[in-house]
Amino acid sequence: MNVLFDNFWALLGIKLLLIVLVVMTTALVVIYAELKLGAHFQHRIGPYFAGGRWGWAQPLADALKFLQKEDIIPAAADRVVFKAAPMVSLMAYFAVVVIIPFSPRLVVQDLDVGIFYALAAGSLGTLGVLMAGWSSANKYSLMGGLRAAAQLIAYELPLVLAVVGVVIQAGTMSMVGIVEAQAEPAFHLGSVGIPLPFVLQGQLIGFIIFMIAMLAELSRTPFDLPMAESELVMGYLTEYSGLRFTMFFLAEYAGIFVMSALVSTLFLGGYFLPGLPSNVFGPVILMGKTSVIIFLIIWFRWTWPRVREDQLQGFAWRWLVPLALANLAVTATLKVVF
Amino acid sequence: MWPPQCPAALGAVARGIYTRRSTPADAGDGAAQVAEYFQDYITVAVFAAFGAVLVAVAVGAASLLRPSNPTATKSQTYECGIDPVGGGWSQTHVRYYIFALLFLVFDVEAVFIFPWAVQLETLGVFALVEMMVFVVILLAGLVYAIRKGVLEWES
Repeated sequence: MNVLFDNFWALLGIKLLLIVLVVMTTALVVIYAELKLGAHFQHRIGPYFAGGRWGWAQPLADALKFLQKEDIIPAAADRVVFKAAPMVSLMAYFAVVVIIPFSPRLVVQDLDVGIFYALAAGSLGTLGVLMAGWSSANKYSLMGGLRAAAQLIAYELPLVLAVVGVVIQAGTMSMVGIVEAQAEPAFHLGSVGIPLPFVLQGQLIGFIIFMIAMLAELSRTPFDLPMAESELVMGYLTEYSGLRFTMFFLAEYAGIFVMSALVSTLFLGGYFLPGLPSNVFGPVILMGKTSVIIFLIIWFRWTWPRVREDQLQGFAWRWLVPLALANLAVTATLKVVF
Repeated sequence: MWPPQCPAALGAVARGIYTRRSTPADAGDGAAQVAEYFQDYITVAVFAAFGAVLVAVAVGAASLLRPSNPTATKSQTYECGIDPVGGGWSQTHVRYYIFALLFLVFDVEAVFIFPWAVQLETLGVFALVEMMVFVVILLAGLVYAIRKGVLEWES
């Protein structure tokens, strides 16, 4: 067995298998959670029959149904780009999941440039959306794709600048390093050191900015303009059907999981919880924190109306970018002074 | 053979996964470090490629199960059920390009700001003032763009 783990390629294969299982399972669970929570937010019961109880097998049944559906590519579409778009979308989130630490050692690859790389790779997802919008040769799709691109552009900046605050405080871009920095005592009560997550160490504004910008990056309500059903049919997905549509769907929910795990790691202490050994409970702790964030995202979706495109752009450039820069300046000054 | 060995095998699995391959301290000579460096990025590349492979495999598998019966009407561009008017690649507003230009300036800043953030503690006050000047100059650009009316959507 040890020979297997000393071999780089064998170990890589095992990591890949584990991560695929985790991401796929989580995506299915999040889809189910959205169906069920959304139903209860609206005083409905939601899926009920699939799987025998509570409709737990509904996402699987949906996937099976989509598998049998005809794959229609419009005659006018740019076929190559049309086929590549869902690949790019899913690729982005698989690339990001590499750096998420589930425990001090249970991490696929703890890159030195960790979070910087994650931000770069994460924005590729929107490239997939833009490709889908453009290649469909459909007016609604094109509009949706352009909206997605404009949205990414506007909210990428607050997102990145909010992370810089965390990097300043942690003094590293490695994800494990960032969690370890939050595990160190922030202050001492008598002889007891109290560790605090960054959200309680002066990064509250950064956390809020990151959450807002994350919703926009994921095209979630109130920023779901790229596929606003009431104006654009289904936005960039209008021409997609069958399994290609499912893949975008999967990418969306994998994205929700990955971004929530990023927030938990950056601002909420990741796999660390005072009093519990993170080597053993790390994955459970991280998943717990991630679930809270995912619940919030679903809650927002069923509560808030959609913003208008000019409001969306104005909010980002007029408020979030200056606020994020101010947050950055204050954090940096405090770091240098103390 | 198999059942008694099972705990040992599980232990080996756990050890292999839970042990990071090496730390900078024990990465002996330069060649090993270079190999290590490339392994990091091979991992990343393999994971990214897997996203694409997954879609290809899934769509391929579906093509064995699904019907395929394209007709001219079916592959028409969707436009609420009526025949599409004009081309799909219609004109779009120029403001999307202006947003892109605005973004480019700040994105370059983001690339500069990360190494600065990591080293801030060692560089001290000088670096802080330096970056503040840089950010203020960029902010002036943003204020200019907003005053110019980039964010105004009435025409």
